[in-house]
Amino acid sequence: MSERIKKWPGVELSAADLNEGKVTQTRFRPNAKYAWSAGEAMSRFLAELQNGRLIARTCHSCKRILFPPRMFCESCFRPTDEWTFIQDTGTIETFSISYLDTDAKRIPDPILVGVVSIDGASPKMGMMHYFGDMTKEQIRIGMRVKAVWRPWEERRGSVLDIRHFGPLKEDAK
Amino acid sequence: MRKVGVIGAGMTLFRRRLQETGKEMCFEATKMALDSAGLTRADIDMVVNGTAPDAFDGVHMKGEYLLDGCGGYRKPYTRVFTGGGTGVFSSIAGWWHVASGLADAVLVVNEEKMSSCQPHPQSVFAHIWDPILDRPLRPNLIWIFAMEMNRYMHVHGVKKEDIARVAVKNKRNAVGHPCAQLADPNITVDDVLNSEVMAWPVQRLDISPPSDGASAIVLASEDFIRRRKIKDRAWMSGVGWCIDSTMWTDRDLYFPEYVARAAQTAYKRAKISDPRRQIDFAEPYDPFDYKELHHLEGLLLARKGEAPILTREGVTERDGDLPVCPSGGLMGVGNPIAATMGQKIGELFWQLTNQAGKRQIPHEVHTGVAQAWGDLMQYGSVVVMSS
Amino acid sequence: MTFLDRTTDARRFRQWEGNMEADYIYTSGVAGERFFVALRDGGKMLASRCVACNLDYLPPRLFCEDCFAELSEFVDVPPEGRVAAVTMAHLDRRGTPLSRPQVWALVTFEGIRGGLVHRLLVPPAKARVGLAVRAKLKARGDRVGAVTDIEGFEPVRS
Repeated sequence: MSERIKKWPGVELSAADLNEGKVTQTRFRPNAKYAWSAGEAMSRFLAELQNGRLIARTCHSCKRILFPPRMFCESCFRPTDEWTFIQDTGTIETFSISYLDTDAKRIPDPILVGVVSIDGASPKMGMMHYFGDMTKEQIRIGMRVKAVWRPWEERRGSVLDIRHFGPLKEDAK
Repeated sequence: MRKVGVIGAGMTLFRRRLQETGKEMCFEATKMALDSAGLTRADIDMVVNGTAPDAFDGVHMKGEYLLDGCGGYRKPYTRVFTGGGTGVFSSIAGWWHVASGLADAVLVVNEEKMSSCQPHPQSVFAHIWDPILDRPLRPNLIWIFAMEMNRYMHVHGVKKEDIARVAVKNKRNAVGHPCAQLADPNITVDDVLNSEVMAWPVQRLDISPPSDGASAIVLASEDFIRRRKIKDRAWMSGVGWCIDSTMWTDRDLYFPEYVARAAQTAYKRAKISDPRRQIDFAEPYDPFDYKELHHLEGLLLARKGEAPILTREGVTERDGDLPVCPSGGLMGVGNPIAATMGQKIGELFWQLTNQAGKRQIPHEVHTGVAQAWGDLMQYGSVVVMSS
Repeated sequence: MTFLDRTTDARRFRQWEGNMEADYIYTSGVAGERFFVALRDGGKMLASRCVACNLDYLPPRLFCEDCFAELSEFVDVPPEGRVAAVTMAHLDRRGTPLSRPQVWALVTFEGIRGGLVHRLLVPPAKARVGLAVRAKLKARGDRVGAVTDIEGFEPVRS
């Protein structure tokens, strides 16, 4: 292949070629706005976040406590059975110390973010969230954490009703 | 099911920005693949296109948009899409067409033009997250990799040096690839470890770049290959694919179970019972350096936690016992998502037909495996090819 | 399959709002660059020619969709075209009523495969299929190498 092909196709452009208009081009910015219906399970989940609680669904067939909650079990492929409240404490399963914001722009103070498995749900079931009240040197996998809720009047029925997960002081339980 | 062979392959340069439109890139890659098989568009019965979310190119119904460049004009034509897994999955879709007896000769053409998306394709990657659970946290796609990499490192006690070795190997392997975007003959482990931290543990040189590019392959039935007296062919002896839940916060990220299931399906069809012994080389999906290790374990070519050790011992070098990403992979050649078929299926074809030039594995190889991965850390597609 | 636990009070259902931020620059491509540079600098339209199929493409393409040959020969599009199809838009693309309806047309040229969709610069009552038209271009200094360098198509004999 390398021998037989004399010229590999493709005309490389620099960022300047594009941004300074050295080649002809057309620009477009779509304006796409959405309202996603939260549906049965997520509507309840969001309502309970506003109440300062985490809620899950149980599946009587596989005996799992499913979190985030859903109305059907993807494994047994049947409707889930009951609502059940779970704790707002858990364990850091993994995390990242991010120096990039959502648009890949650099930020000086890193975001601590990761997956926390929630106490009361089936093992390894959890959610992504921020971590706070700890330094990037202190955060570690296996650390016990607890949700830090926004004050009642600031809650909107959103995952952001939890400000972040902070260190859990076990003896204070 | 009929036997299916790959009989031609082509690809464009992979670059951060190409002037060609998506259609034009497809045409270049497709033409090269047809030429290498000694066929024309008239010989082709059906066409498969593989390309990732429309939002990268910024063209809705991208499959339909690309079709004339893919040689699909007035032919049975389908676009398939399984996230990053499309890089190998589209060839599986092509395989169905021929194995089933519906077609004798099929084109598979993959494309991505990520430079259209401004200022960086990262902004549309955010749209793959769950709008209610994940997106309010304003996630960056690199977080996914950072979290998976950290979990993998934690469970097996893997050191960053051992992961960096993958970046070094692949960027060096890419030196022999005429289309490579990020080949570097002099890169060292220290360069990787000293590169800018993006989202710890991910650093800049742990990541493959966004790219523009296209790749194409031609598939044909055994009959067709015999009738046309085609000499350069490699058989697709096994295919497999599997998806896990989008509820990615509900599973342990240290091991890609869905890749293992896809691999087992492919190995069964290829009559491979001992992959480590029966597979001579591999092209696992390596958008990040740790992913090569993660996927080698998912492909059952290494025990859990063993891939970093094999890498450190040189087993996965081009002249090692199990060469891995001899193409230079995504880390070295570039990552135009679906078009990475060029380094995966394309490389297997070129290696197995002894056409890889400077990248040719120095010892004889008969069986290779290619794999791609995608969606929300949940999709695996696997193809085994044999000479 | 039915959910056993179904909410019947629609007010309890929530929605989550968001948008898809994205911004694009499309390059014209290899054949497109030839077309738009000729339009901008020369004030003319080019088609690409497939010699094997005896076929010209507008907009020009790098390849023949039929015989799959690479096309490197470009020819001038004749100045006069015809309206092949016409429509009247009463709403803009957001669905807001327009003060005056806009006339849009597909303009084709004899012997050329393809054509251009553009504004037809005639009152709605005069818009009809078969009308002979030519491109009305912006002034040289206002042209940037985009399809909007053409203001629209106007009748050849008005």
